[in-house]
Amino acid sequence: MHPLLTRNRFGPYLVAWIPLAVILAFLTTAGGTIRWVEAAAIVIPLCLLYAFICLSAWYTSKGAPIQPENTLRLFLGHITAAALVSALWVGLALALVYFLAKTAAFQGLDQRFAPLTRIFFAAGFLLYLLAVASHYVILSLEASSEAEARVLETNIHARDAELKALKAQINPHFLFNSLNSISALTSIDPSRARDMCVLLGDFLRMTLGLGEKTVVRFSEELDLLEKYLAIEKVRFGERLKMQENIQEESKGCMLPPLLLQPLVENAVKHGIASLPEGGQVRLSAERQNGRLAILVENSWDPDAPPRRSGGRGLKNVEQRLEARYGKDASLHVSTEGELFQVSLSLPAESEEKA
Amino acid sequence: MSASHDKRWKALIVDDEELARHIIREFLQAHPEIEIAAECANGMEAVKAVAEHKPNLIFLDVQMPKLTGFDVLELIGTDVPVIFVTAYDQYAMRAFDVHAIDYLLKPIGRERFDAAVERAKNRLGEKMPAAADLAAAARPPQQFAERLVVKDGTKVTIIPVGKLDYAEAQDDYVALATQGKKHLKQQTIAGVEASLNPADFVRIHRSYIVNLERVARIEPYGKESRLAILADGTRLPVSRSGYARLKALLDERK
Repeated sequence: MHPLLTRNRFGPYLVAWIPLAVILAFLTTAGGTIRWVEAAAIVIPLCLLYAFICLSAWYTSKGAPIQPENTLRLFLGHITAAALVSALWVGLALALVYFLAKTAAFQGLDQRFAPLTRIFFAAGFLLYLLAVASHYVILSLEASSEAEARVLETNIHARDAELKALKAQINPHFLFNSLNSISALTSIDPSRARDMCVLLGDFLRMTLGLGEKTVVRFSEELDLLEKYLAIEKVRFGERLKMQENIQEESKGCMLPPLLLQPLVENAVKHGIASLPEGGQVRLSAERQNGRLAILVENSWDPDAPPRRSGGRGLKNVEQRLEARYGKDASLHVSTEGELFQVSLSLPAESEEKA
Repeated sequence: MSASHDKRWKALIVDDEELARHIIREFLQAHPEIEIAAECANGMEAVKAVAEHKPNLIFLDVQMPKLTGFDVLELIGTDVPVIFVTAYDQYAMRAFDVHAIDYLLKPIGRERFDAAVERAKNRLGEKMPAAADLAAAARPPQQFAERLVVKDGTKVTIIPVGKLDYAEAQDDYVALATQGKKHLKQQTIAGVEASLNPADFVRIHRSYIVNLERVARIEPYGKESRLAILADGTRLPVSRSGYARLKALLDERK
């Protein structure tokens, strides 16, 4: 569909032709041989006609986008088209003048118009080229607004993934199981029950708080993970062993919030919970050469009954990494016997930069 | 054993979390007629404890290491009333499909617990259908078993379906052949067939289901029938209709 043939664009387009018509009329009368009325009778229908003819430049421009290697060919092509279209237009002008000259009011107009043919040809030629140029401008504007829309869409997708991730953060079953543990502790050890309430409260507050930010310091995420593991430790007792190996320099790095929480939760849910004797969750992080490398390892039972979530958590972390860092971040999963490893590598961003 | 004569009930508590077991233990104190026979931290222990203590009420967690609560139920049979205890409400439908007495959600409340125990007492002595077939019926449609569980005495074997070579009907049992061994399971061959993915397993005979991957070749045998020769040399009879099914599947795979 032609971009100018819409209700609110076609009017302004015709209006833009008015000054062009005025200039052409001025040129027509400049020689003194043609009166203003006669000029108007020639120029108004001709310009109106040419306004439509020039719309055809859209199809040639759209079919031949400007590229460095074909500029010359395009240029020659459009010049030829301009000459042909203009010649056609001048022919129509001569026909119009011929018929006008037959009426009493415009007697002899054809002879007086003859010297102006060259001017009309030049005007038609230039006007056509102007139309081609305008159409190229319209095309590039459309392309850029399309690109903008695409960027917007990508952003929406990224935001969507974020939201889904945050929704998935607080696993209801984790809450139900924790509440059940608290319920048990109220009669065994009321003060531990209270500690657990406080831990759970802290964890929820931190999760909600971190979820509102776009980036957090790695140390903040680590605090959250410690709370989470402390709660699970109450539930699993001796079955859950933890080991942290966090390089001091890495703690200042900035990263999307709650990126590691699902990984550690998986390690507990699919790893420790699948082993009657339990096992270890190991978290290591290192900042080196402008990269932040994080490793989450856990023991697991490769023959465990299949779980329902089927890697949704991992997929989500992957999507969030891609939304934020593109190809600059990676997530790798490897299994080696009874060891399950997830390694992340992302650009080490400091607070100032973020 | 002094006070046990008035304890008409023997209960088993199965949960991998000590605190979760504690709650049930505590709630059971209000029911002096129920004696806690044993507590188990996983499904394997539970299967063993059922054989050993012959309980008449089981509190069973669903999500446990090695064997899930549903696996346990499949292995122990449904003669024993079971009350499922879990944080996952999506298992509720399935629990009732396998004729569980009740379904308790964590965190468990005392009133709800007492109601479940009442229900269990009222259900005493009711006869229930074969457990393995019930468990198969409880599987959502279009979802096939990924592993089969077999109990031999108190020993439990888990067979991933990929490692099952063939199944053979033997009276009330089905022999599951895997890696040169046979495991007997109390289930009908039709029940086994229904739980296996028909794209990988085919009923070649009234009494045989074979893993398509294992079939090396088919040889004629007698006038009407054929033999399927498996990769390990095992020879299985193939009936005429079984051959049609087998051939259709093999052609599909080419």
